[in-house]
Amino acid sequence: MMIGLTHYLTLAAILFTIGVFGIFLNRKNVIVILMSIELMLLAVNINLVAFSAFLGDLAGQVFALLVLTVAAGEAAIGLAILVVYFRNRGGIAVEDVSQMKG
Amino acid sequence: MTLSALAFYLFSTVSVASAFMVIAARNPVYSVLFLILTFFNSAGLFVLMGAEFLALILVVVYVGAVAVLFLFVVMMLDIDFAELSEGFLQYLPIGATVGLILLLELLLIFGASSMLVDDTALPRATPEGMTNAEALGRVLYTEYVYFFQAAGAVLLVAMIGAIVLTLVKSENPRRQSITEQNARTKEDGVALVDVKPGQGLKS
Amino acid sequence: MYQAIVFFPLLGALIAGLFGRIIGDRPAELITTSLLVLSAMLSCIGFVEVALHGGSETVHVLTWMQSGKLEISWALRIDTLTSVMLVVVTGVSALVHIYSIGYMSHDPSRARFFAYLSLFTFTMLMLVTADNFLQLFFGWEGVGLASYLLIGFWFKKASANDASIKAFVVNRVGDFGLILGMAAIYFSVGSLQFDAVFAAAGALAEGQFDFLGMTVPTLTTICLLLFMGAMGKSAQFILHTWLPDAMEGPTPVSALIHAATMVTAGVFLVARCSPLFELSQTALSVVVVFGAITAFFAATVGLVQNDIKRVIAYSTCSQLGYMFVALGVGAYQVAMFHLFTHAFFKALLFLGAGSVIHAMQDEQDMRKMGGLRQLIPASWFMMLIGTLALTGFPLTAGFFSKDAVIEAAFAAQSGPHMFGFALLVVSALLTSFYSWRLMFLTFHGTARCSNETLSHVHESPPVMLFPLIVLAAGALLAGLAFAGLFIGDGQMAFWSGSIFTAADNHVLHELHNVPGWVKLTPPVMMLTGFFIAYLLYIRRPEWPSRIAAEHDLIYNFLLNKWYFDEIYRFIFVRPMGWLARLLWKGGDGFVIDGFGPDGVASTVQRMTRGIVTLQTGYVYHYAFVMLLGVAGLVSWFMLAGTN
Repeated sequence: MMIGLTHYLTLAAILFTIGVFGIFLNRKNVIVILMSIELMLLAVNINLVAFSAFLGDLAGQVFALLVLTVAAGEAAIGLAILVVYFRNRGGIAVEDVSQMKG
Repeated sequence: MTLSALAFYLFSTVSVASAFMVIAARNPVYSVLFLILTFFNSAGLFVLMGAEFLALILVVVYVGAVAVLFLFVVMMLDIDFAELSEGFLQYLPIGATVGLILLLELLLIFGASSMLVDDTALPRATPEGMTNAEALGRVLYTEYVYFFQAAGAVLLVAMIGAIVLTLVKSENPRRQSITEQNARTKEDGVALVDVKPGQGLKS
Repeated sequence: MYQAIVFFPLLGALIAGLFGRIIGDRPAELITTSLLVLSAMLSCIGFVEVALHGGSETVHVLTWMQSGKLEISWALRIDTLTSVMLVVVTGVSALVHIYSIGYMSHDPSRARFFAYLSLFTFTMLMLVTADNFLQLFFGWEGVGLASYLLIGFWFKKASANDASIKAFVVNRVGDFGLILGMAAIYFSVGSLQFDAVFAAAGALAEGQFDFLGMTVPTLTTICLLLFMGAMGKSAQFILHTWLPDAMEGPTPVSALIHAATMVTAGVFLVARCSPLFELSQTALSVVVVFGAITAFFAATVGLVQNDIKRVIAYSTCSQLGYMFVALGVGAYQVAMFHLFTHAFFKALLFLGAGSVIHAMQDEQDMRKMGGLRQLIPASWFMMLIGTLALTGFPLTAGFFSKDAVIEAAFAAQSGPHMFGFALLVVSALLTSFYSWRLMFLTFHGTARCSNETLSHVHESPPVMLFPLIVLAAGALLAGLAFAGLFIGDGQMAFWSGSIFTAADNHVLHELHNVPGWVKLTPPVMMLTGFFIAYLLYIRRPEWPSRIAAEHDLIYNFLLNKWYFDEIYRFIFVRPMGWLARLLWKGGDGFVIDGFGPDGVASTVQRMTRGIVTLQTGYVYHYAFVMLLGVAGLVSWFMLAGTN
């Protein structure tokens, strides 16, 4: 059968949902949160490229490129924060990251 | 089934499965490796959609830099194998419900919108006669040059930020200060002392 | 010149009040006193000009307000009535200022005292020089305020604070009537200027208007309401309870305010409004009745009081009753004359009593005095003159004025004048008795105080004796000098229109033609009272206590002022207290605080405590909530459709 736009979009939706699950279902460590964010960004990229392909507009791919850039930067910063946090706290269990408790 | 359809299903299945393993794996190193697998499969999907440049960039940047960075950090921090804690089970029902609802809605929307979209499989983004990279390049440096520069600035800031966050200034007694060394004068460097025989030098 | 008379005291009050702490007590008292003495001298000049040479005028000072039809300005209306009052007020005030330099010499807040005294004088002057009812009301309230401040001068004493509040509140009840009266005047006449109102008096006498659902004759109602204000200010029966308690203030205050000036404001008001009162026989009768009852009532209570100042206070109350009786029978001039002379000898009595108190180291109970005549002969002599004048000894000022009141009460043609006459005659007897009782208890007989106190008894300094001498001179000579002008043959020319008498009012003429026995009655009463007092306190000093013990019901009735304070406390004060407490605890505390500040504050706190639990600090909780939000939004748009 023809692989149409909806297939790609469905795939992206599934990936996005998995990423969301990863954020609030995980209790293990903070790195999984960061990786889930990467998953979500990947899903968004797939969406963008799929639309670009089926609309014939390269803007989608350009946007995806920029999203990639920002995702890389954000991953770097996130990991840097994580490293500093680890230095101060000695562990990265998610339950302990509650200092902003109101 | 055409080859492209087969390829699509293969790539997508593997990527979904490995994405799930990312969050489900106990060993964090495994999580990272599964993430890398997801990226590879997505790159394949991108190729199928006709965005080869983007696919290659995905592999080079995402896998080669970001995922490796993850791996570095995972190995640097002393992370234990985590057990599936109770919190997971506690939140699973509600989380699963909400996630499923979201998923269904998204699918519904896409299903509804599929009537509107001309549902052809042919990738048509790249104009005839040039590669994807060339096409992107034509557009990127002309129409979207500002975003391009802005992205560069973001990267610069991220780099500086990462360094600022993690830099530990240590009291290095052996660090050299070249300017000090160059600014030394004869008075600072040499001192003439009259020493009596048998006395020795007392500083 | 008249502006100077009125505003010098204000200037003194401002300087002493605002800068007293900077310039010091001595300069403060000297400045205020000198300004007042100047004012007094100018008043005498004014008196000569206006009253003796007939030059009345209105001095416009400033426009106060113009609102629609209502136009009020600050203006000084100077006619004979005003100039008489000016002399009285500034004269007594200046003498009291001089006296206070000596009396209050040990007090730490002298500047404040003199500031208040001058402030009082200013407001009283505003009252008497008023050209319209609103300015009069300003002065009226101002003297009430000054009275409050001065009675409560020693504010660290709880009883002084209570007394000052009592004075103010009881005055307020009277002022309520005054305000209603003013409103009725404005409603009926459309203006508050004296000239306009008096001109319209004839029309008012015919008119009627609706008041509290009844249709009442206009002029009578207005007069009765104005008289209600006078009752409060002049401590007439019913609204008299504040005057004895006002003795908590320093003695110079009692002399100035509660003998000579503020309490006479009521008398002045009725005299000023003589054009209105003359046309309302009902109101005049009411005035006579109340005045007579007051004269009698106060005299009975004064018989048994033990505090020297309270005796004199009740005497004031009683003499004010005399003045009102005179007003009520149409003899306004007699009332003003009695006001004039009374100022002299009552102030003299008060200041003399102050001298005694000063000598006795602030002892005021007469039961602890006695035998002071040899020790402070000057004060004794002054008090003697005052007593002679008060009881109406021949040729003193009181003889002329008080006897004139009694004769006028007899000679009047209308209303309950015989009722007034009878009560006034009895009161004359009682007045004589208690005045001589005071003299004998204080100065004669054996000393009942300790030897130690006796050794400190000393005569007052000259600065305190000088005003006494001046007042004594007035008490002796004012009658002789001014009787003819005020109430005799020269009275028409003297008053020249400032007091209005109706065409059929011949009281002033008649009172000179009363039968001989009427003329003799006051002196007879005076002598009788003197002899009874002499008997009871010099010859047989053990009799008073035996009489008191045997007739203890009457004695206690009189001692407790006819139980008026207790009655008022029961009827008014306790329900007010109950209501106030209810509103305070229940209304204010429970409702407003509960639902308002306190309630809101605690609710906010409770709510925030609940809301704060949402901030767990866990990022994944927040992400979860975000996800819920996204799911909700998407569902919303799907179901509701995007329009």
